[in-house]
Amino acid sequence: MARIPSAPPADRFPASGSRRLFPYLFTAVFAASVLFSLREAQVDPRRLLDADALANVAKFVRGMFPPKLTGEFLGLMARAAVETVQISVMGTAIAIALGVPLGVLATSSLMWRGVLHERTSRTGRWVLGFAPYAASRAVLSVFRSIPEYVWAFMFVRAVGFGPFPGVLAIGVAYGGMLGKVYSEILESVSPRPLETLRAAGASRAGVVLYGLVPQALPNVVAYTLYRWECAIRASAILGFVGAGGLGQQIELSMRMFQFDEVLTLLAILFVLVASVDVISGRIRGWVA
Amino acid sequence: MARAVAARPGRRAPLLVGAGLAALLAWSWQGTGVDLPGLLGGEGLRQIATYVARLFPPDLSARAWRDAASGAVETFAISLIGSLLAVGLGLPLSLAATRTLLYHGILFEGRRLGPGARTARVTLHAAGKALLNLLRTIPEIVWALIFVFVVGLGPFPGVLALGVHTGGVLGKLFGEVLEDVDPAPLEALQATGAGRLAILVYGVLPQALPQFVSYALYRWEVNVRAAAVLGFVGAGGLGQRIHVAISLFQEHELLTLILAIYVSVTLVDALSASLRARLV
Repeated sequence: MARIPSAPPADRFPASGSRRLFPYLFTAVFAASVLFSLREAQVDPRRLLDADALANVAKFVRGMFPPKLTGEFLGLMARAAVETVQISVMGTAIAIALGVPLGVLATSSLMWRGVLHERTSRTGRWVLGFAPYAASRAVLSVFRSIPEYVWAFMFVRAVGFGPFPGVLAIGVAYGGMLGKVYSEILESVSPRPLETLRAAGASRAGVVLYGLVPQALPNVVAYTLYRWECAIRASAILGFVGAGGLGQQIELSMRMFQFDEVLTLLAILFVLVASVDVISGRIRGWVA
Repeated sequence: MARAVAARPGRRAPLLVGAGLAALLAWSWQGTGVDLPGLLGGEGLRQIATYVARLFPPDLSARAWRDAASGAVETFAISLIGSLLAVGLGLPLSLAATRTLLYHGILFEGRRLGPGARTARVTLHAAGKALLNLLRTIPEIVWALIFVFVVGLGPFPGVLALGVHTGGVLGKLFGEVLEDVDPAPLEALQATGAGRLAILVYGVLPQALPQFVSYALYRWEVNVRAAAVLGFVGAGGLGQRIHVAISLFQEHELLTLILAIYVSVTLVDALSASLRARLV
């Protein structure tokens, strides 16, 4: 497409009716949905400040100190923390194993559009290209739209308690997110090197290997590491539905009103998340 | 050894990272007791298939529809008000967490702060950062448990949990945006004799606002997913109904509710994308 010399915005978008109305319409709809939502969510700030609530806050804060630091408890929690890390690593590994093939299938420039397919027949493009592309996009959308807790809850029902359902839940939900983002990264690479390779007579595999992969890899690695950081947080709380890790203990302590244990657990969680951030930042520095 | 690595990081670092990752993976595999052959070959996969088969068909009776619809509406409401509360908390906190607005950089070159004022502002900055860290580190579902304990069951504790956690996240993100604004317009304003407040309002905020909106919309998308599960701990929305359906083995109704989550999440994503295109 030719570049149009830049014109003042007013000339580019002659003020149509809908454009002038949009701010008013938007404000009205926004205000209405906020009012409706305030009622629907039973928002009542007074409930935060009444005597019961304040007494509960005081009970909670007083109960947290001093945090529980007995050797036995810490040993038990160290095991849970280790399990949390292991769940996140295994879950991310499964997510990569699901996300890479699905992401590749969901990339239009690899499947049916653009420089790689100029010489493919029309039917070939639709049957071998578009059909798997659409199917994998649908699968990815289902995988990532259902929250990991719901997946975990269902996997606990299907395969029983323990870390295994947690691993599966993270694998499926994050597989959906990774696949989508991988396909976006692959589609956004610059087409120039691919065209050059093609013109120089490179095979399709050659174009992908030397044109596409080197451009996409740093972003793919960076995003995967970011997801691993998220997976640590997620696996720490999947235990709420019986899928192992620290979460199970946090919920138990909360329900038993053992707030000194809760404080210790939150401190462990904080250290865990912070160290994973540091480690993955380091790796990102090496790779990118 | 260490010197060799330092001398040729390009050669050795990938190998070391690869070996480290492989070890980490093996250790995690063993620790989580994942039985991949078992999962792919037999028992595990069969259990999952049996369970999925039991979910079908979804329950489409009038009662299940009503349940799913009211749950979806409640989830939407929790996510919207929670996100607005988060913006309300995150905005002022981000000002406290931004060095360039408190004591450092261009705003403070013309008129220097006295030592007392400077110490006070450095302290405020540290406190703001620490508070944001605290809000952000505690996951929203733990906040939900805490607020259920404080104000009782229902969607309201869910709103508070999302607001507080997301407030921490947005405060950090907003702070980064504020520190990254282009200093040239600020210098121009300062040269005309504008005060600090005027520079903030006319120089900093106009640059930061589009990114603020974009981040707030992104967190709204995240919060719909979160609001759909906070009900697991009694904080309203679809999660509460899902918890009941799973606990009572009402698999057909569970599928209806999961479809409701899928629809709500997809709708909010689309809505947020179209708002982003119009507003940012």
